[in-house]
Amino acid sequence: MAVETAIDLPRAGHPSRSAGLVEQTLAVGRRSVVRVFRQRALMIFPMIFPLILFAINGSALSPATRIPGFPTDNYRDFLLAMPFIQGAMFVSITAGVDLARDIESGFLNRLAMTPLRGEAMLLGQLGGALLLGAVQAIVYLLVGVATGVSFASGVGGAVVLLVLSIVISFAFASLGGLLALRFGTGEAVQGIFPLLFVTLFLSSSSLPRNLIKATWFRDIATYNPVSYLIEALRSLVITGWDVQALALGFGFASLLLVISLGLSQSAMRSRLART
Amino acid sequence: MSGSAAIDVEKLVREFRKGPRAVDGIDLSVSPGEIYGFLGPNGAGKSTTVLMLTTLLPPTSGRATVGGYDIVRQGAQVRATIGAALQEAALDAMLTGREHLLLQATLQGLPSTKRRQRAGALLERVGLTEAADRRVGGYSGGMKRRLDLALALVHSPRILFLDEPTTGLDPQSRSALWEEVARLARDEGMTVFLTTQYLEEADALADRIGIIDHGRIVAEGTPPQLKAEIGSPSVEVTPTDPELGDRLAELLSGFGEMRRNGRGSVTVQLPGGEAELAEIVRILDRAEVRVQTLQLHQPSLDDVFLAKTGRKLEGSGDSPIVEAPEGRGRRRRRRGG
Repeated sequence: MAVETAIDLPRAGHPSRSAGLVEQTLAVGRRSVVRVFRQRALMIFPMIFPLILFAINGSALSPATRIPGFPTDNYRDFLLAMPFIQGAMFVSITAGVDLARDIESGFLNRLAMTPLRGEAMLLGQLGGALLLGAVQAIVYLLVGVATGVSFASGVGGAVVLLVLSIVISFAFASLGGLLALRFGTGEAVQGIFPLLFVTLFLSSSSLPRNLIKATWFRDIATYNPVSYLIEALRSLVITGWDVQALALGFGFASLLLVISLGLSQSAMRSRLART
Repeated sequence: MSGSAAIDVEKLVREFRKGPRAVDGIDLSVSPGEIYGFLGPNGAGKSTTVLMLTTLLPPTSGRATVGGYDIVRQGAQVRATIGAALQEAALDAMLTGREHLLLQATLQGLPSTKRRQRAGALLERVGLTEAADRRVGGYSGGMKRRLDLALALVHSPRILFLDEPTTGLDPQSRSALWEEVARLARDEGMTVFLTTQYLEEADALADRIGIIDHGRIVAEGTPPQLKAEIGSPSVEVTPTDPELGDRLAELLSGFGEMRRNGRGSVTVQLPGGEAELAEIVRILDRAEVRVQTLQLHQPSLDDVFLAKTGRKLEGSGDSPIVEAPEGRGRRRRRRGG
């Protein structure tokens, strides 16, 4: 039935009902996915950049494997975790800038005028970024295998690596969404991006923590959660099934996801402020 | 307050932190099926009022009902009752027109079997069938506005809010949009709340007009009522020699309220109507004051705005000539005409 009004107003009688959470999320998510895939530059360049670094560092830093105690003979095995994290960080920017653009253009207000639920709006908006993260992860995995990286944990480990990297991408995308909702401009989201990359470089991304000589650097890397995300991914390639590393990796990724999503949901409510 | 009004507003206020009172205690009532023109300059409080009435901005105080529902306590019901095209056509450049409508239809809860049909019908209605599967990024301003209107109509709302729907449009696009808005009210009985800074738009479309300035409604009525308040026509006389301005003012002072316009030009009200024009010509002829131009002005909304606010509407002279929609207003109008 058409929506009832409290007073007698003329009606055209188009039947409507309230769409469910899943249907709403899928509708907004589809739009988010279409947006991402129609902006090829947005998809390709952030995907390629980590691969370029992977190629350069994989070649230039390979002598690092001769350091006593280095966990592998193939530096690419050690390095493969990096593109996954860098890609996830790019995904955070894509998600954040897209959402910020919707806020700036008033598109979010358009969605707010519908019976769309806040959860569906947030999850749907992150849908494109999530898919982008998944595509990136598959590409990085295939490139790794093609360049000689072997998985100590086997095919199962490669699948777990994909799952973990998607969780990480979703967590970072949620962080990007949170920044967009808090600041409301794409410029602000992009401005914060370098800070994310600092956390990557101040981690165990280039060397295992036990081989970092500078104490201050080692301490920062130890307190930096990004180290544990990298080490979990890396363990599947180098070590095999390292339960502790995986627990820490999934734990920190989930924690970041839960906190970012929770704060994003709260920020979304404030941003919409519909009565 | 009327229990059967489509929109009923009482002492509505919106204050912003560290800012002025954007809306300062307005009262208004819009009947079902009426087109209400909310006219005012930039920053007058028009858009803030629309944001409150569409539940996107909570009021600081006062109360309002839309479709009989309270905008604060029954926001969801209000949103289900209304359609809105806000000030900027908020569209996604990456999506096509049809994709926009399908998304809107899904979120508005239309059954999946009806969505394509509804999208197609609306695209046809706003003349976008051929462009339906093109990305919106390539649409002109007028096409975006028409799509914006179609999106507001997806769920067949009873009340439509249009916030400056024709700002920046060319005359042809503006005329097409007016036609559609007039048709919605005339044929479907839709209530339309239209904000505009174009006098001729309000004059051509609105059944009633509220003039808002500095957050307050300074005049309200039908266009003829408002013009009648101003009363008489006026004549503007510009002498060939600007030095003759004082002499001209002296000669015309006996007719009615007078205003000096610069370059010697004088505007004087004619309480006796157009018939006094002949007498003015005779007086000027006898006094041998040579005149460059002599223009008779019928009372216009421009005059109403000037009388009520003490100034002309910003940019009101920018509006082009546009065909008025059938059944409302005059056939052809110039701004303030």
